[in-house]
Amino acid sequence: MKLDLITQNFPTTKWDEATQSLIVPHTDLLNVVDFIKNNPGFEMDYVSNVSGVDWLPKKEKVKAADGTETEVDKPGFLEVVYHFYSMKNRTGPITLRCRTENRENPIVPSITPLYRGAEFQEREIYDLYGVRFSGHPDLRRILMWDEFQDFPMRKDYQEPDDYEWEPTPHDEVLEKAKHHYSSDAAKS
Amino acid sequence: MPVDEGLRSELQKAGVFIASVETIYNWSRRSSVWPLQFGLACCAIEMIATACSRFDLARFGAEVFRPSPRQADLMIVAGTVTKKMAPQVVRLFNQMPEPKYVIAMGACAISGGPFKQGYNVLKGIDRFIPVDVHIPGCPPRPEALLNALMFLQRQIDNQHLTGVNKVRWYDDTDPAEYPIPRFGAHDLEPPFNRAVWHPQKIQRGAA
Repeated sequence: MKLDLITQNFPTTKWDEATQSLIVPHTDLLNVVDFIKNNPGFEMDYVSNVSGVDWLPKKEKVKAADGTETEVDKPGFLEVVYHFYSMKNRTGPITLRCRTENRENPIVPSITPLYRGAEFQEREIYDLYGVRFSGHPDLRRILMWDEFQDFPMRKDYQEPDDYEWEPTPHDEVLEKAKHHYSSDAAKS
Repeated sequence: MPVDEGLRSELQKAGVFIASVETIYNWSRRSSVWPLQFGLACCAIEMIATACSRFDLARFGAEVFRPSPRQADLMIVAGTVTKKMAPQVVRLFNQMPEPKYVIAMGACAISGGPFKQGYNVLKGIDRFIPVDVHIPGCPPRPEALLNALMFLQRQIDNQHLTGVNKVRWYDDTDPAEYPIPRFGAHDLEPPFNRAVWHPQKIQRGAA
């Protein structure tokens, strides 16, 4: 496949060697997807997978030219990963990664108008990660109930304190138990 | 009231059979426990195997799986109860006429099982409805379900229709319906029914 063709046509996209994927800005996503769907060299007619990733904000050390290290805050974002295959040409996958601006207002254009198969997967990402897909025809929760307000697959998700007694708690469960029983004692 | 065994056998020789109403009542209850045809996950496959000819639940009079809760006596909660499914399970239980019994089958139904630490699975159906028999296992073997049914039949044998320990459905103070949890913003509301389930209180390091 001529992946160079994508980066040539869309200079905003960036090839990531480590993950063998194209990082596409969300402003260009629909154009890139339309290109790989309809361009005779690609004809990606099957979207096999749409999945979400949560990237928390982090501090990163940056080395300046004179060797001094400074810590820089990197903002967090949510990422949607697409895997495309071509059934016709028997090629693939092409992996696209589309990042949102931030974690507070995550918006990514929906590819459902182009690939019907992405509809439920985008709904699942909306349900569990809270990514809002603009242009999705029916963006509702799919697994959790409609009244639910959290996004449970986000890394900073706080689950309700419904800890139940366990005989041998350890690690995270032990922390949960300590927290639960201390708050329980405070109530009574 | 217990009948003297010697007198009973003497009377039987003369063609007279004596039993208390309670005995007849319990015998007929235990001999035709009709389960609700209702499965939630992989445990339901074991339940189906139990009903089929190799294990043959019919030997214990419980082969008539009813598709309607109105005709069922026994609810076998076979499988993972998600928080989204829990109100429907409680609603089905409410729709069953008394006398009714509940078997919680498998690790998920009794405690949440491998999903206990997750966000979407109810940590045991006994948080909302009274459970008579718990079966551990993931999934339990059909023999375990048969054993649970026989255990339930022994429990039914010991039911009392009058007195202090009389059965639930002849006790006016007992609720006829169990409250159905609502979908909340973060969890089910309430997360458990205080009338049937109490969280264990253990102070670690206090002793």
